[in-house]
Formats: sequence, structure tokens, C-alpha cells
Amino acid sequence: MDSNVVFRARALTKVYKMGEVEVVALRGVDLDLYEGEFVVLLGPSGSGKSTLLNILGGLDSATSGEVHYAGHDLARASERELTEFRRDHVGFVFQFYNLIPSLTARENVAAVTEIARAPMTPEAALELVGMGERLDHFPAQLSGGEQQRVAIARAIAKNPAVLLCDEPTGALDSATGIVVLEAISRANRSLGTTTVVITHNVVIAGMADRVIRMADGRISGSERNAERKEARELAW
Amino acid sequence: MAVLDRKLRRDLWHLRGMVVAISLVLLGGIATFVMSRVTYDSLSVTQQRYYADQRFAEVFADLVRAPEAVAERLGALPGVNQVETRVVAGVNLEIEGFDDPVTGRIVSLPEHGEPRLNVPWLRLGRLPVPHSDAEVTVSEDFAAAHGLRPGARLVAVIKGRRKQLEVTGITLSPEYMYAIPPGAMFPDHLRYGVLWMNRRALATALDMDGAFNDASFSLQRGAAPREVMDAIDVVLARFGGGGAYAREDQFSHRFITEELRQLGTLATVFPTIFLGVAAFLLNVVITRLIALEREQIGTLKAFGYGTSAIAWHYLKLVLTIVAIGLVAGIGLGLWFARGMAGIYQGFYSFPYLELHLDPIVFAQSIAVTLVAALAGTAIAVRRAAALPPAVAMRPEPPPAYRATFLERAGLRRRLAEPSRMIVRHVARQPLRSALTVAGIAAAVSVLMITNFQRDAIGWMVGVQYVLASREDMTVMFNDPTPRRALYSLASLEGVGHVEGFRAVPARLVHGHRSYRMSVEGVQNGAELQRVLDADLEPVPIPAQGVVLTEYLAREILGIEPGEILRIEVLEGRRAVLEVPVAGVTRQYLGVNAYMDREALNRLMREGPAITGARLAVDPAHSVGIYRELRRMPRVAGTVVRENSIRQFNELMEETILFFSLITALLGAFVAFGVVYNSARIALSERGRELASLRVLGFTRGEVGYILLGEIGLLTLLALPLGFAFGRALCAYLAASFASDLYRVPLVLQPDTYSLAASVVLVSFAASAVLIWRRIGRLDLVEVLKTRE
Repeated sequence: MDSNVVFRARALTKVYKMGEVEVVALRGVDLDLYEGEFVVLLGPSGSGKSTLLNILGGLDSATSGEVHYAGHDLARASERELTEFRRDHVGFVFQFYNLIPSLTARENVAAVTEIARAPMTPEAALELVGMGERLDHFPAQLSGGEQQRVAIARAIAKNPAVLLCDEPTGALDSATGIVVLEAISRANRSLGTTTVVITHNVVIAGMADRVIRMADGRISGSERNAERKEARELAW
Repeated sequence: MAVLDRKLRRDLWHLRGMVVAISLVLLGGIATFVMSRVTYDSLSVTQQRYYADQRFAEVFADLVRAPEAVAERLGALPGVNQVETRVVAGVNLEIEGFDDPVTGRIVSLPEHGEPRLNVPWLRLGRLPVPHSDAEVTVSEDFAAAHGLRPGARLVAVIKGRRKQLEVTGITLSPEYMYAIPPGAMFPDHLRYGVLWMNRRALATALDMDGAFNDASFSLQRGAAPREVMDAIDVVLARFGGGGAYAREDQFSHRFITEELRQLGTLATVFPTIFLGVAAFLLNVVITRLIALEREQIGTLKAFGYGTSAIAWHYLKLVLTIVAIGLVAGIGLGLWFARGMAGIYQGFYSFPYLELHLDPIVFAQSIAVTLVAALAGTAIAVRRAAALPPAVAMRPEPPPAYRATFLERAGLRRRLAEPSRMIVRHVARQPLRSALTVAGIAAAVSVLMITNFQRDAIGWMVGVQYVLASREDMTVMFNDPTPRRALYSLASLEGVGHVEGFRAVPARLVHGHRSYRMSVEGVQNGAELQRVLDADLEPVPIPAQGVVLTEYLAREILGIEPGEILRIEVLEGRRAVLEVPVAGVTRQYLGVNAYMDREALNRLMREGPAITGARLAVDPAHSVGIYRELRRMPRVAGTVVRENSIRQFNELMEETILFFSLITALLGAFVAFGVVYNSARIALSERGRELASLRVLGFTRGEVGYILLGEIGLLTLLALPLGFAFGRALCAYLAASFASDLYRVPLVLQPDTYSLAASVVLVSFAASAVLIWRRIGRLDLVEVLKTRE
């Protein structure tokens, strides 16, 4: 295995059984992700992006195929091993932020730093996403963009090896979305975190090292950007 | 895990209404458990200590008269430890300013030193000094009823001779903790008292010098009471022994033992209901909470919280609610126990009360409550914790609704849309709807117990004194007396009707079963003393054979009409009679065996003798009649009906009131807990739906109808079920309370049903008001913007 490869997936398939109907979400995906790279995963709804991300993050398991993370065999990992994997190595950012409504910004981050091995402080993580001033606000007192930045702080606070973001700007207007993307990009650059961002917004692809396109459960293309744009240069 | 604990605290605060409602139901279960058990333990411990300290005898025997020398023979019997001989007599008492007939029992005290057994417990004053012949101590209840203090005077009529007595002290005895006059059914502290007096003075008044007519025994360790009693009977047979009996058959002891047994039943029944309902409520609330927090669970798992950490988080929520219920329930239970034990202490003349707190009771409360709570929530918590994170983060699929059977059966056109929504929602979760109905029904049933005791006692007293024993007063003679004594009673001014009866002390035997009591010979065509059939219709006593109380025949003796009963007479020549059982009679208080008086006289080979008479009198003349009766030397005592019943009702009222208040309060807790939680959960589950309807133009009233209509429908369904359940519960309690002392009839008055229904409906109204205010606060815009 290439020493720089963080994730290696081979012939990944995922089939959901919905009652009597079988839905094939992934049809034999091969993928390598490299240390520190910023990958944008593009594709229409139902193309299998989220399924792939969930399997890489240990939230879901594949029906067949192999996934390796730095020597861990995720395809054969037990529930407990997957939990350990997520706890120690992965940060998630979701479209709808998924903050715990009864915890403040600082507490939402602390919920993760408490169980992590070598975290930064919640305050430092929030400072990194520009939320250092709003530590003690509850989610209901924050705008959507602010909530998403808290969610990013929560994801990076544990110093994860990979940061997985599922439509992080999907619920935001473009100005707010750009602020959020800046935060993600800053985490990627300053911490060297391998970052995967799912989106169906083609514009965002401009800020990636590499763009992977998905369609119908397969990888339909992969290209490397010659130059990586800053988030603030984007517009949609 | 500090941050999750903070989430827990805020969740609890957010859910406070439901937390309080569930805690109240838990509290009900724990409080009744602690109350019953602590009262039971305290009374048992106090009883044991009191018995031990006062050396309460283990075997008792009464007899006509035996010389004191016989005591030595009794003491030498194998198995006997101590013997105490006494002189005991029934007396008439006269209290200055109280005209009703007062009877009493005078018990002798040894001239010097304490009695070996049955030592009276001195509350106040002192015991009679040696050789005093006019000093007595009186029982505490009697003294209290008449305000007697040391130094007070009263008159006893002993064998027709009036004797002035001076009270020197107030005493209690384990023998007379539940003291009732002979021939009566209830304690009557105004008209019956126990007195203790020096033996020589009492013996002189009774012509019992150097003799005794009562013996009590303690036994050696390991002695078989039955064998000792048989030996005692052999010794005392020559002296008119009435048959020895063990402490288990001692009247006062029996009554208290029965009462304690009933407390034990209550300690099981109530907590079972309350904890069952609480487990269901916890299940509903936790299941809903977990549904609401599905995404949070998914997120936490995505960040590496393990299954057990999530499970522990929700378990802590359950445990916190349980802890609130436990602390409050134990506190309230102890407070109830103090009140309850105090009432028992008064009712059963305990000299003192040791409040006994057995740590086992608390351990059991905690264990039982935990088991109930965890049983109710384990599945929901497990399912939540085991939810794969990717699944948890997807919203739950929309609930599947169907047209219900009712609608398909043709009701569709008759139901407006909102009503259709109600019916479908109820039908979509049949199990939860059914459990909600069951929970409310449980509240109804607990509330029915509130009035059941009162209804039953009212009925028992009514049957006994309106249908069966209809005399105004009963006169007891000292010895069997010729029937012509009735003429002198009938000639008293104001006496309307007189009926004589013959009571014969006997042991009734059928196979290996036996029961010691009096066989009562009733006058042919008696109007004042009637025997009732199963429909409570009076039936004549047949000229041949014996009629037994149902319970005595079937439960105690195991005998049916047509079979032969052996009657071992315990007086006179101690005949053994073989008499067929002619029928059974319904009776709620005590047990009896009735025969035709003349037939009984014939079997006893005696003339037309009687031992007492029942009188119907004109109330205007009763004081004059009492005075005349007191002068008749043969009259051992008189029981007046009316006053005794009133006195008893007052006594019961006090006792039952406290218990009724507790059950009413706790029943209301359950009703409110179930109704409020159901409505609150429904609001939480359907908030978006209802807000959407508001946006579409539904009024607050229409939306409220959809939400409250559902719980209202379930409440209405629960009422008849609750009535049936309550009736079954009362039937169970009645069956488990049955003994030879009394049988509790299953009688429930309409008031009982309406009280239970009212409390439940008021709980519904209170919940509706709280929920109505929440409907007003539904945020229409916010609800539509976010996804659930």
C-alpha cells in the first residue's frame, strides 16, 4: 500500500433492503484517499455519495468489498471496533448540523473532546471556526451558518485524521456557505486533516485538490485541480 | 461524561411535567408499600414486645369453679411452664351521669405481687394495694370514654350486690386489646370496660373464696399446645371446664392478627398496580424521547460514543425519575405509616408504639421499583443504543395509517375528518392505546377501593342489625334460667316484645375439623332474631337439626346440609350430640349455629330454659327499663343496639377516613399521571401535524379536539373497564379478608362508581387545561421550517 494512502476501498457494494425492494446504492467502488488531501465528491441525489461517506466513516458497513483505513480492516470490524475507529480518527459534519439542542456551543464540542485521545480545547476549536465569541449560546440561539461552524469545531476538535462532510452547505445561503467552507478549508490546511466534502454544488469542486464524480453507485470520473481556489473566491 | 450529564439535567427539566407525573405514580406504589410494611412491622414488633413484657398467656381455660389446689395439678402437667389462676366475672357497672346499661368484666389480681401471666400495663396511677377490697384499675379506653381518673368512683353490681369501687389506676392488657362485650359485635368503650381488682375481695363477692374460675398457661419450649390443652381439659372436666383454647383462638389476638394479615395483602396489591402503571408510563415517555432524539443518538455515535455509553445515558434518565419517586415515596410512606400505625394503636389499645424501620423494606422498595422501571424501559433503551448511526440519522419513515375497521364498516361517512384522525390514530397503535386504557382503568379501580370499605361495612351492619338481629336490647342471664323469667321482662313498662334464647357453649366437630362457639337455641317464630338465606330473605329455623353460618359450614367445618354434625357440649353433663345440618345461613359478622330452642332444650335434657332474651322496647322508656334490669340479680348484662352501632360507625369512620384519603389521593395521582402523559406525548408526536393543520386554517379548538379527543375517547373507554377491574379487585380483597370474624360482602354503591369516575374526569380536565395552553404556543412557522 502506498504510504500516503489513508483510505483504500476495493469493489465496495452496498445493497439496502427496503421491505421487498432491493436498492443498490454502491456498485463496486474502488477508491484511494491520500493523507492531507481535500477531496470533493460530486454527484446527483441517489448517486451513492452519502453511502460511500458513511462506510468510510464507519457509520455503516458495506454489503461486500474491502475498506482499509491505515491498517484497520473496516469491512470486518465489529461494532465496538467501528465505535473506536470513529472516536479516535473521524470527524463528521452533517447537512443539518446535528447539534445537541440541550447543550451550548462549548458543551457540544466538549461532548466530543471528553472522549477523544488528544483533543484541542473546545474554546480553541471554536476559535478556529470563528465562533470564539459565542461559546455559551444554545443551538436555538445561533443562525444556521453559526450552527454549522460549531459542528465543524466539534468535528475537528479531536484532531481527527479524516474530516467527512456531508453537504455541509446544503442548508445554507451562499454567503454563509462560503464562511463554513472557509472554516473547513482552514482545518484542512492548518491541521493537515484529510477532508472529504460531499456536495452536488459543482462550484465547490474548485477548492478541492481532487474532484471525484459519482453517478448511479459508481465512480464516473476523477480529476485533479491544477490549482486549489480559496473558498472566498467561490460564488454561486 | 460530564457534558452528557448536563444534557441529562436539561432533558429532565424540559420533560419536567412528565417526570413529575411519572414520579407521582411511582410515589404512590412506593408510599403504599412502605406504609403497609412499616405499619405492619411496627405493629408486629410492638405486639411481640408487649406480649413478652406482659407475659401474655399461650393457653386459656375457663371453668365453673375449682378449688385452688387444682392449680398445682395443672402446673404439673407435661408441657406447662406457668399457671395463673384467676377469678373473673361479668358485671353490671353504674357510672354517675350515664344512664345506658354498662357491662364489664372484672379480672382478679393476686393479693401480693404481679400476676405470673397477663400482667396489666399501668398507664396511670397505681394497682390496688394488698387487702384493699374496693380498689380497682380500669381499662384505658373505658376510662377515656368516661373521663375516669385515679380517684374516680363507680358502682359494680356483682351477683346482684352493689359495690362501691374507687379507681386507683388506668391499665391495659394484651388480653383486651380488642375488647367487646359478650353478645356484641363491636367494641363499645362507653358501655363495656375491663376492671382489675384484688382477688380476695372479688372472690368474696362471687363466693369464690379459695377457688378459681379462670386459668391461663404459658408453655415450655417445644411443648405441643394441642396435647397440653387436652390434658388441661381432662383435669378441668370435673370442674365445669369450658375447654382450653390456644392464643391463636383468643379473641383479641385473633382480631389483631387478621388485621395485620390484611395489611400484608394491601402491601402487595397497591404497589403492584402503581408500579405496573409507572412501568408503562416510563416506557411511553422514554420511547418517545428516544424517537425525538434519534438524530442526536446517531450524531453521538458518529463521534464515537459506544452503545453502552448511550444506553447508560438514557438509563440515568430513568434512574433519576425512579430516584425522585423513591425518595418522595419512602418519605410519604413513612409519614403515612406514622399516621396509620397511630390509628391502629388507638383502635387496638396498644399501650405504646415502636415505629420499626426495617432496612429490608427500603431495600425491597428500591429493588421492586427498579425492576418495574427497567422492565418498562429496557427494550426502548436497548433499541436506541443499538441503532446503527447511519440509520439513526435518517428520519423515521412516516407512520403507516389505515382506514380502521370501524370506518370500513360504514362509519366513514358519519365521521368528520378530525374524528377520523382520532380513530385512526388510536387504531394505529393498538397496544399503546390499550395500555393507556388499562392505566386509566387501574386508576379507576384504586379509586373504587377508596369507598369499598365504607360500602361494605355499611352493608354488613345493615344486614346484621336491620335484617337479622332486630332487637333494641339483649339481656344476658348469669345461668340458664326458666323460661318464665320472660314474663317479668315483658311486664316492664315500655317493653313491647320479648324473645328468649338458649346459648350453649360447645365444640362443633366434623371429621378432623372443629370450632369452639355457642350453639344458639332460637324461639320458634322469632321476629327479633332471624336467620337469612343467600338472598337475605328470613327463613324459619327447622324444628330438627342445626342451621350454620355458610362460612362456618363450608370453610371451617367442611360440612354440607344433610350431613351429621357432632356437638360436644362444654357445660353441665357435657353431652355429645349428633345433629344433622338442616341448612346454611348468610351472615357477615361472626359465625353462628342456630337450632330451634325447644329442640335444643330437649337434647340438653332440660326444661324450657333460656340464657338470655331479646327485647323490643319503646325508646321513651329505655332509661326506666335499664334501671329495672340492673336490679334483677339474674341479669348479667345488657347490650343496647342503637348506641353500639352509632359508636362503632364513629370509630370506623375515623379509621377508614385516613385510608380513604390516601387511596383517593394516590388514585388521583395515577389518573393524572396516565392522562397527562398520554396527552403530552401525543402533542409531542403530532406537534408538526397539528401546526400544519393550524396553518391550513384549522382553529385552535379544532386542533385541540383532535388531540384531546383521542385521550378523551380512551378515558371514556377506560371507565367501564375500570369499573369491572375495580369490582374484581374489591372481590379479591373481600375474599382475602374473609375469616370467621367477618366476611366482607362485595357491595359497591353507585356513589363509589361516580366518585371514581369523577376523579378521573377531573384529572382529564386538569391535563386538558395544561395541554390546551401548549397548543396555543405551537410555533407554526418554526415547525414547518425544520425537519423533525
